[in-house]
Amino acid sequence: MVERRPALTLLAHVILALGVIVIGFPVYVTLIASTQTSQQIVQQVPMSMAPGGHMLETYRVALFGGTTSYGSKVAPVASMMWVSLVTALTIAIGKIAISLLSAFAFVYFRFPLRSVCFWMVFVTLMLPVEVRIGPTYEVVANLGMLNTYAGLSVPLIASATATFLFRQFFLTVPDELVEAARIDGAGPMRFFIDVLVPLSKTSIAALFVIQFIYGWNQYLWPLLVTTDESMYPVVMGIKRMFAGGDAANEWNVIMATAILAMLPPAAVVLLMQKWFVKGLVETEK
Amino acid sequence: MATLELRDVRKSYGNNAVVHGVSMNIDKGEFVVIVGPSGCGKSTLLRMVAGLEEISAGEIAIDGRVVNNLEPKDRDIAMVFQNYALYPHMNVYENMAYGLKIRGMSKREIDERVRDAGKILELGTLLDRKPRQLSGGQRQRVAMGRAIVRHPKVFLFDEPLSNLDAKLRVQMRFELQNLHRRLGVTSLYVTHDQVEAMTLGQRILVMNAGRAEQIGKPSEIYANPATTFVAAFIGSPPMNLLRGAVDADGASLSVDGAKVMLPTPVPGFAGRSVQFGVRPEQLRLSGSAFDMEVVMVESLGADHLVHGRIGQQTVIVRAGPDANPSIGSRIGVAFDAGAVHWFDATSGMRL
Amino acid sequence: MAIEKRVRFRSPWLPWALIAPQMAVIVVFFFWPAAQMIYQSVLQQDAFGTSIEFVGLENFKRLIADETYLDSFKTTAIFSILVAVFGLGIALLLAVMADRVVRGAAIYKTLLIWPYAVAPAVAGVLWLFMFAPSVGIVSYALNSIGIPWNHLLNARHAMTLIVLAAVWKQISYNFLFFLAGLQSIPRSLIEAAAIDGATPWRRFWTIVFPLLSPTTFFLLVINIVYAFFDTFAIVDAATNGGPGKETAILVYKLYYDGFKALDMGGSAAQSAVLMVIVITLTVLQFRYVEKKVQY
Repeated sequence: MVERRPALTLLAHVILALGVIVIGFPVYVTLIASTQTSQQIVQQVPMSMAPGGHMLETYRVALFGGTTSYGSKVAPVASMMWVSLVTALTIAIGKIAISLLSAFAFVYFRFPLRSVCFWMVFVTLMLPVEVRIGPTYEVVANLGMLNTYAGLSVPLIASATATFLFRQFFLTVPDELVEAARIDGAGPMRFFIDVLVPLSKTSIAALFVIQFIYGWNQYLWPLLVTTDESMYPVVMGIKRMFAGGDAANEWNVIMATAILAMLPPAAVVLLMQKWFVKGLVETEK
Repeated sequence: MATLELRDVRKSYGNNAVVHGVSMNIDKGEFVVIVGPSGCGKSTLLRMVAGLEEISAGEIAIDGRVVNNLEPKDRDIAMVFQNYALYPHMNVYENMAYGLKIRGMSKREIDERVRDAGKILELGTLLDRKPRQLSGGQRQRVAMGRAIVRHPKVFLFDEPLSNLDAKLRVQMRFELQNLHRRLGVTSLYVTHDQVEAMTLGQRILVMNAGRAEQIGKPSEIYANPATTFVAAFIGSPPMNLLRGAVDADGASLSVDGAKVMLPTPVPGFAGRSVQFGVRPEQLRLSGSAFDMEVVMVESLGADHLVHGRIGQQTVIVRAGPDANPSIGSRIGVAFDAGAVHWFDATSGMRL
Repeated sequence: MAIEKRVRFRSPWLPWALIAPQMAVIVVFFFWPAAQMIYQSVLQQDAFGTSIEFVGLENFKRLIADETYLDSFKTTAIFSILVAVFGLGIALLLAVMADRVVRGAAIYKTLLIWPYAVAPAVAGVLWLFMFAPSVGIVSYALNSIGIPWNHLLNARHAMTLIVLAAVWKQISYNFLFFLAGLQSIPRSLIEAAAIDGATPWRRFWTIVFPLLSPTTFFLLVINIVYAFFDTFAIVDAATNGGPGKETAILVYKLYYDGFKALDMGGSAAQSAVLMVIVITLTVLQFRYVEKKVQY
């Protein structure tokens, strides 16, 4: 914005406000729906846009199971949230840990087959899990990892985004720090723990947000490797709450579940927004 | 405090030799400066002493013990880097304490040493600041503090003052001298600045293209440079070097046809092609040893530097504040008391 | 990628130990299955795996001849173009506006990026709810203005639904990148253009947009990959590939054929095809990024 053009600035605000409203609308609808009873939603068409008074009981039923106004039983969402949480944390922490170690090895050591290994890691960037679901499923099944937290998380640690981000960052750390540390008497692992990791805090934070969300939002993979209801993550479980067709669904509970499923990742994004934005833009370069 | 011996130390990268056989014995507590232009191999030499570069041939011994295959941490040395190399996420105290912590020193002793160093370097109030909150000079002092607390056998300095502004550099030179006087640790100091070399070094090693051109006390090197390189490198403004041939009678020098009357005849060099050296402060702006055409006058306040042309070559004369010859005029120049220097025309070696 | 560090640590065994965890995971869960997939794509197995025949490129030939597969290709192509165009267009508009406003920029940014956190599956559910033929708010509104909405029966409606859900989710990601790209354009260029007499509209198209092209290209590839893969959940949640197979995008068909219809060979062949597409896109992107002009 170079000149003073108040009309243009006003237009900008209008468009942005519209954008915010349109983006937020679906979630608003969902929130409202979760505060009403199923009957209200189905019978009163269009659904009223004002909050209903049934928020607490709807959420209670959603979280802990129980019978709804239709008389049908609802599986507790709380356990699904727990599965999601453990999976997402495992993926995020696991990926960050092994990537820190391998990026460190690739940048600060010279060893035979280094380029080969590096290209192997690079190739994993090119195939998201959806492309290799069939055979990966077989491997997981053969290892007896179906319906386990390991099966839900370990195969998803295989891609290399984190290794690349850390490698990029390590390349910008001045050489003299390593030399000073060597003279101070620090061996490689000491340097890694005392100097390199603390300096990487921002990248680690950004990656944590991205990987946590990635892990939390997984759908296809859990769909395949879990058959036991107690191991369903919430994002996958929500689909199963549909009875097919659209009439006989417990919409309010489903919407409440949707809100619950959105809360932890949204919280993570909002709390760590600064690092997240920085990390996201850096990752893909 | 220890002796440091360099015995025919060489370094090559593949077929590319960058350090050709440097030898020197440094005494306990001696402060030696390695000086030379960029790319002469001085930093490489220093890093070989530190253990940050492999030694291709030769030996380095600290206190009589050959350290070629020892890791830096086992050589009992400390280094001050040009870019300070302070750990950005640790505060001043932690930066200085890090090396001691790794060696398993007790907290109490670490504290004692760090605070001692802090006092010597006047960092007392800055101990809990992070490097980014410090000025360049303060960071440099922290880097020195980190070296001091280790009580090493040898201090290594890699162009530590290059990143400071001119005024700060003068101040830090002074502090370095004080520090050395106080601690007396054997020190090896690398710089490209000949002023630092002259003022800080008890002895100087002048390097050029990977070779040691001359080793000696600053006064010796100044008074008797061994090669034209050393002659021109040490001293500011640099020594005048005139190419010419000594006349048959040995009493004068032909410089591009112009004649220079020598202060003392050199019959031994009669007819020889030479490079003739004389420092600007050993010339006087009135006399008849030779004529020159004034090309430029630089006023430094206390002195004037008069640039003149003789034949196709330039001469600089350091004259007093009252001298003010006009550009284009011809003036006579005479030799003041003091040595003139003779170098071989091709090899540059002292004759 | 060939940038090297001058300093190294020396150790014969440590680097191996450091990369071991990552290498182990990717060999077991990436390379081995990928090899299996290629192997399986030239086999034909029955559902129980008792008879295995090597059939060469038979599976691939079958795919090319299969109308439903080609349909799926077409569906995916349409879907990804729509998602890319709308996702990028709207995000660019919002980013340009956000770049202009000085006050409140941070708030708008926060409010516009949080949908990144929403799972595609959840997004599918949300939009399904809004468009559910009998209870949805939006479907009600559409019905009342004369558009009988029913995505369960009408293929166009179904496609619209998944496009809407996919675009909604992706806008925040695109917005972030566009905003970063806009903010990295030196002010002096824009000021020079203003002095030269260019209006904001003209400035945008002749200076800003060209300078944004690396970001745009990058996002284009990312959005296409997103449309191909990450949208599985949206399709599964909102339309189940329906009505019939009208919204069965490639990845959905792959899943269905492999896990519902149990055609392992066909599914593996489809995976192989998708793999080639992704690799091509990624390689294209890296090549372009490397050739990118530095300003």
